[in-house]
Amino acid sequence: MAVAPVTADSGDVAGIKDATAIAGIGQTPFARQLPENERTLACRAILAALGDAGIAPAEVDALASYTMEETDEVEVAKALGLGDLTYFSKVGYGGGGSCATVAHLAAAIASGQATVGVAWRSRKRGSGPRPWRNTTAQLPTPAQWTRPFGLLRPSDEIAMLTRRHMHEYGTTRDHLFNVALACRNRANQNPAAIMYDRPLTREMYMTSRWISEPLCLFDNCLETDGALACVVVSAERARDCRRAPVYIHSAAQGLPAQHHGMVNYWNDDPLTGPAWTAARHLWKHADFTPDDVQVAQIYDAFTALIPLSLEGYGFCGRGEGGAFTEGGSLEIGGRLPMNTGGGGLSEAYVHGFNLITEGVRQLRGTSTAQVPGAATCLVTAGEGVPTSALLLRS
Amino acid sequence: MLTPVVDEDGAPFWEYAARGELRVQTCADCAEPRFPPRPCCPHCQSFASEWRPVSGHGRVWSYVVPHPPLLPDYAEQAPYNVIVVELADAPRIRLVGNLVSGPDAPLNSHPPDRIRIGARVRVVFSSAGLPQWILERP
Repeated sequence: MAVAPVTADSGDVAGIKDATAIAGIGQTPFARQLPENERTLACRAILAALGDAGIAPAEVDALASYTMEETDEVEVAKALGLGDLTYFSKVGYGGGGSCATVAHLAAAIASGQATVGVAWRSRKRGSGPRPWRNTTAQLPTPAQWTRPFGLLRPSDEIAMLTRRHMHEYGTTRDHLFNVALACRNRANQNPAAIMYDRPLTREMYMTSRWISEPLCLFDNCLETDGALACVVVSAERARDCRRAPVYIHSAAQGLPAQHHGMVNYWNDDPLTGPAWTAARHLWKHADFTPDDVQVAQIYDAFTALIPLSLEGYGFCGRGEGGAFTEGGSLEIGGRLPMNTGGGGLSEAYVHGFNLITEGVRQLRGTSTAQVPGAATCLVTAGEGVPTSALLLRS
Repeated sequence: MLTPVVDEDGAPFWEYAARGELRVQTCADCAEPRFPPRPCCPHCQSFASEWRPVSGHGRVWSYVVPHPPLLPDYAEQAPYNVIVVELADAPRIRLVGNLVSGPDAPLNSHPPDRIRIGARVRVVFSSAGLPQWILERP
């Protein structure tokens, strides 16, 4: 007997909206150099997250991390005494994968592939070598078109887009300073942040050394040792956990047509990056709009990614990302308080995972720079590379 | 200095450059140019391509001025410029390169404060077979 194929229109798909929640978060200290290795730091962060959730390691059956993560699932599972794993995935493109690790777990749990998922990132970027110094592990494409000419570092690649954004839209160094200052001000409230006791002034910013003009030292993120993790379970299970659930309302990955990674110079519209693609999917599946977002954690390897992301995620019009930062709009009390733990620029640079955990703290009401009554938070991954994003709600 | 780590798709570009020719991969069926080179045309999915000569004229689309820390050979020349050139006869084809004072001149031979977006440039070639760019009107 022939079986008719099952067809479903999008209305029949249950989707992941609010089906899962982040029930636990954990982290190690952050420092320029930590004595323990990445594997040990990963284990400490994951155990802290499971402890926060009140879930035993043996209950974990799903893992998700970055392709750049050096501690693999086998190492994590055997060291921590995890249960039988039925789902494990890794996401590429460095910091572009941060939110996608959580998104993959949400999809796996919502679709019944697993029940308790852990996402993590452990990195000794502070004591380790700078990745761009490696001249032997370069992929032939697209590096053959850029590196011989001295476009060597991510900072150089993003500076090229930054200069063009300044040229087309009148974005200024003061706009980029507004981003650096907002992150530093929040770090000055966060004892865990590397820059907790180091205020930033406009004078310091404007007189700092160049890294790649038009980007200066303070436009670049920190170099940090540290690890973080979070635990994802079903919404129903989360309501029985120790902490108030933080629901994964919407999640998206974004790899736009004809995109070229951080050297996105070869398409019709290089300033319309992956954020735009992720945003379209994110908002399509959400019950609220950018106007309803009360706090944002925006990936900040470079200050210039913030204007690009503000435009991409729809907080302002195209080309208005620089102007959006004026008038204290990114500060507490402003239109969109951002990176309230200090972000990659001033708390720790761990490929954006600290933005996820800070988003959870805001919705629990436990941030060191709490936005009063925050109930919705956007978290984004690296812009300028294939990216991802989460809408969280309490 | 780093030399291009060439792949199969990109090899013809460098072979032509070594002969002092700037050519761009173009679909042999729909005539759409594409860069970086790749096996299949994203517009019509044809695998047939040819290497079309271009005029070598263009405009500065953007530029940066890297400062250390850099790889040693580059740190010695810093600050230098890196530009992205939009080709006059294929506006979406943009090539990364350096604005220099003449063929084979070092990366820092053109003062960084004398670069502006939109400036007209034309290609020259180094003895190592790398395209370089000079101002049309110095």
